[in-house]
Amino acid sequence: MSVEHLPYALPGDDALHAQLEKTWSPAKGPFRWFMQIDHHILGKRFIITAFVWFALGGILAALMRFQLARPENTLLSNDQYNQIFTLHGVTMMFLFAVPVMEAVAIYMIPLMTGTRALAFPRLTAYSYYMFLFGGIMIYVAFFLNMAPDTGWFTYPPLASPEFAPGKRVDVWAQLVNFTEISAIAVALEVIVAVLKQRAPGMSINRLPLYVWSMLVTSFMIVFAMPAVMLASSYLALDRLVGTHLFNPVEGGDPLLWQHLFWFFGHPEVYIIFLPALGMISSIITAFCRRQVFGYTAMVLSQVATGFIGFGLWVHHMFATGLPQSGESFFTAASMMIAIPTGVQIFCWIATIWMGRPVYKPPLVFVLGFFAIFIAGGLSGVMLASVPIDLQVHDTMFVVAHLHYVLIGGAVFPLLGALYYWYPKFTGRLMNDKLGHLSFWLAFIGFNLTFFPLHKLGLIGMPRRVYTYLEDTGWGPLNLMASIGVVILGLGMLAYFVNALVSAKKGAVATADPWNGGTLEWATLSPPAHYNFVHMPVVSGHEPLWHAPEHAPVVTGLSTTAKEVLVTRTFDAEPDHRYVYPAPTPWPFLAAVATGGMFVALLFSPWALVIGLPIASACVIAWFWPSSPQKEGKVPKEDASPGIVRKSEAPA
Amino acid sequence: MIQRQVIDVSALPDHAFGSRSIMWWATMGIIAIEATVFAVAIASYFYLQGNEATWPPANTALPGIFWPTVNVAILLASLFPNQQMKKAAEGMEVRKLRVWMAIANLFALAFIVVRVFEYRHLNVSWDSNAYGSITWTLLSLHTVHLVTDFVDTVVLMVLMFTARAARDPRRFVDVAENSFYWYFVVLSWIPIYAVLYWAPRLL
Repeated sequence: MSVEHLPYALPGDDALHAQLEKTWSPAKGPFRWFMQIDHHILGKRFIITAFVWFALGGILAALMRFQLARPENTLLSNDQYNQIFTLHGVTMMFLFAVPVMEAVAIYMIPLMTGTRALAFPRLTAYSYYMFLFGGIMIYVAFFLNMAPDTGWFTYPPLASPEFAPGKRVDVWAQLVNFTEISAIAVALEVIVAVLKQRAPGMSINRLPLYVWSMLVTSFMIVFAMPAVMLASSYLALDRLVGTHLFNPVEGGDPLLWQHLFWFFGHPEVYIIFLPALGMISSIITAFCRRQVFGYTAMVLSQVATGFIGFGLWVHHMFATGLPQSGESFFTAASMMIAIPTGVQIFCWIATIWMGRPVYKPPLVFVLGFFAIFIAGGLSGVMLASVPIDLQVHDTMFVVAHLHYVLIGGAVFPLLGALYYWYPKFTGRLMNDKLGHLSFWLAFIGFNLTFFPLHKLGLIGMPRRVYTYLEDTGWGPLNLMASIGVVILGLGMLAYFVNALVSAKKGAVATADPWNGGTLEWATLSPPAHYNFVHMPVVSGHEPLWHAPEHAPVVTGLSTTAKEVLVTRTFDAEPDHRYVYPAPTPWPFLAAVATGGMFVALLFSPWALVIGLPIASACVIAWFWPSSPQKEGKVPKEDASPGIVRKSEAPA
Repeated sequence: MIQRQVIDVSALPDHAFGSRSIMWWATMGIIAIEATVFAVAIASYFYLQGNEATWPPANTALPGIFWPTVNVAILLASLFPNQQMKKAAEGMEVRKLRVWMAIANLFALAFIVVRVFEYRHLNVSWDSNAYGSITWTLLSLHTVHLVTDFVDTVVLMVLMFTARAARDPRRFVDVAENSFYWYFVVLSWIPIYAVLYWAPRLL
C-alpha cells in the first residue's frame, strides 16, 4: 500500500511504511488475542463489546415494555421484572455508556492528536479485560437468577443485608469495581496522551473540540468514580463483614449512600454527555464545511460543565427531606448548568447557519440530537425545581426525562460519530440509504416510546412497577410506548446490519472521504498500526484545510523501536522520545487475577487476602522490563549517569 | 514534490524527569484519584459523626494515640531518605540510589510494623458500630497505599540491582516518580491521623 499520497508524506515514505508496520506490528501467534496492546485493536474490541452489552440491555428494555403493554400482563414475574430493570440500568450506565465513550477515545484520540499510540498501552489491555469480565460476571449471574434487583442505584436499606439477603446486591457491588477500575484507568491514559503526546504545534488552544471534551470527561471520571467505588466497597463491607456504615441502628446512615452515589451519579451524566458534545462538534465542522463558531466559548462551556456537574448531586435527593437552603442551592446549580449547554447549542446553530450543511446521516443524527436533547433539557429544568420534582419523583416522568437526555444526548451523537469515523475503523463507508432509514426508525420509535411516559408520569404512574390495574387508565399510553420500542429496535437493527454488512461490502473509503479537517483524516483508512509515517506539525484548528502539503513534519523518531514523541503540556513543543513496551499476556493475567478475586469476594472476605498477592504478582510481572531486543532497541552502553540533556526543541 | 521543512527529533533525549515525563503525569493522576478517595472517606467520617450525640459513641473507648503519633514521626523522618532517593534517581547515580532505596524501605517497613500496633489499640471493632466501621475503613485505606508503595519500592530496588535496569534511564524515571508518590502517602497520613485520633478527642 502506498502512503506517499497522504498529506504529510515525504518522498520515499513507502519503504518507511513497511519498516514501521513491522516495528509496530501487533502480537502474533496462537495466543495473540491475550497479548494485544495496540490501541486500534483494543479500541475496536472495546466498542464491539460495549455494543454487545448495549444490545443485551436493549433486549431487557424491550422485555419490560412488552410486560407493560397492557394492564395485569403476566409475561414477567415481579421478581424477574425487578432483576430486569436493574440489569437494564446497570448495563446501560456501567457497561455501555461510559465504556463506549472511552472506547471511541482509545481509538480516535491518538489519530486526532497526531501521535503513534495512546499512553500506557498495557493498561488499556488490562482495562479492556476488566470491562469484559465484569459484563460476563453480571450476565452469568442473571442466568443463575442472581442478578441485582434493587435498581441501578441500589439504595440501602433496601440493599442492606437484612432486606436483600442472597448474593444479588453483592454482584452489583463487584460489577462497580470491575467497570470503575476500567474507566478510571482509561481516563488516566487519555489525560496523559492529550496533555503530553500531541503533534508539535497543537497547542492546547488548537485541540480539536472532541479531544477537549474527552479531556474534561477524563478529569471528571478521576474525581467522580472514586466516590462510587468507595460507596460500593462500604456496601460490600456492610454485607460481608458486618460493618454498620449504612445501618441506622448502629449509627450508620442510608442517606450517606445517596450522597456518595449521586456525587458520582450526577457527574456520570456529564461524563456520558460531554464526549457526545465533542462528537457533535466534529461532525458539524466536517459537514458544514466551516470551523465551529465560538471555539473558545465552546471550550469554556465544556470546562464549566465539568465543574458545575459536581454541584448538582443533591437534586436527586429532593424527596429525602433536606434543609430548604440546601435545596435552593442545588436548584440554582441545576438551572445554571443549562447555561453552558445552551451556549454550545447556539454556537452549533450559528455554525450550521453560516456553513453549507451536507445532510449525510452523521449530520442527520446530530440534528435528531437537537430535537430530542432540547426536550430532555427542558424537562430537566422542570425537575430542577423542588415542587415539580416532589410531584413527579419516582414516576415515569423521570424515566422519560432521563431517556431523552441520555439517548438523545449521547446515543444519537454516538451513532452519528461511529458512522462518521467508520472509514477509520474499517476502511469502508456505511450505506447512506440504510443510514437514513435507521435514523428515521430510531427517531420516530424513540419519541413514540418515551414521549407518552411524560404524560404517564404526570398522571401518576410510578417507575419500577411490574404491572398496573386497568382502572388506572394507563393502558393506551403504555401500549403506544410498547409499539414505539419495536420501531426503535428496528432502527437499531438497521444500524447494526449496516455496520456489519458495510465492513465487508461497503464502498472502499479514501483517506479522507468527508473532506474532514482534523488529523485522523491524514492517515490511511483504516490507519496503519503506527498511525502517521511522520508526525505532522500543525498550525491551526483544521490543519487539513490549510495546505497540509506545505506544513513541516517530524522526522527522527526511531523506525526500529516503538518510539513516541512526548511534547510539552501546553504548547506541544517536542520534548523527548519515549519507547513503548512490547505486547504481553500479563495485563490479561492480572485481570484474571483481579477479576477472580472480585468474584470470590462475593462469597468470602478472605478472597482479598489470597487474591491481592496473586494480582500484585501479575502486575509486577507485567511491569518487569522485557529484554531490550524485544523492544527493538538495545540501550546505549554509554548512558552517562548524572547527565540529563536539556531538550533541544527545534524552532 | 514540494521541498518541505522537517523537524528532526532524533537528538532529543530518550527520557525526562518530573512534569516533563508521562510517568509524572500518571502518578499525579493516581494521586488525584486516591486523594479523592481519602477526601470522600473523611467526609463520610464526619457525616456519621453528625448522627451521634458523643463521638466516639457511648460505651466506646478513645483510640490509643501513642503508636499513631510514633508513626507520624517515622513518616516525617522518612521524607529525608525519600528525597535523597529521588535526587539519586534524577542524577542516575546507581550506587547511591541502591543505598537510599534500602534505607527508605526500612522506614516504610518500620511504619508498617507500628501500624499493626495502631490497629491493636483502636479500642473498637469494625462491627461494633458505625464509628468503628469508618475508623477501620479509613485506617485500612491508608494502609493499602502504604503497603502498595512499599511493595513498589522493593520491586524497583530489586530491579536496580540488575544490570539491565540500572542502565535504562526509564527505570530511573520510575524510581523518581515512585518516591514522588511516597510524599503523597506521607502527606495524606497527616490529615487522616488528625481525623482518626484528634477529632474524637477535640470535637
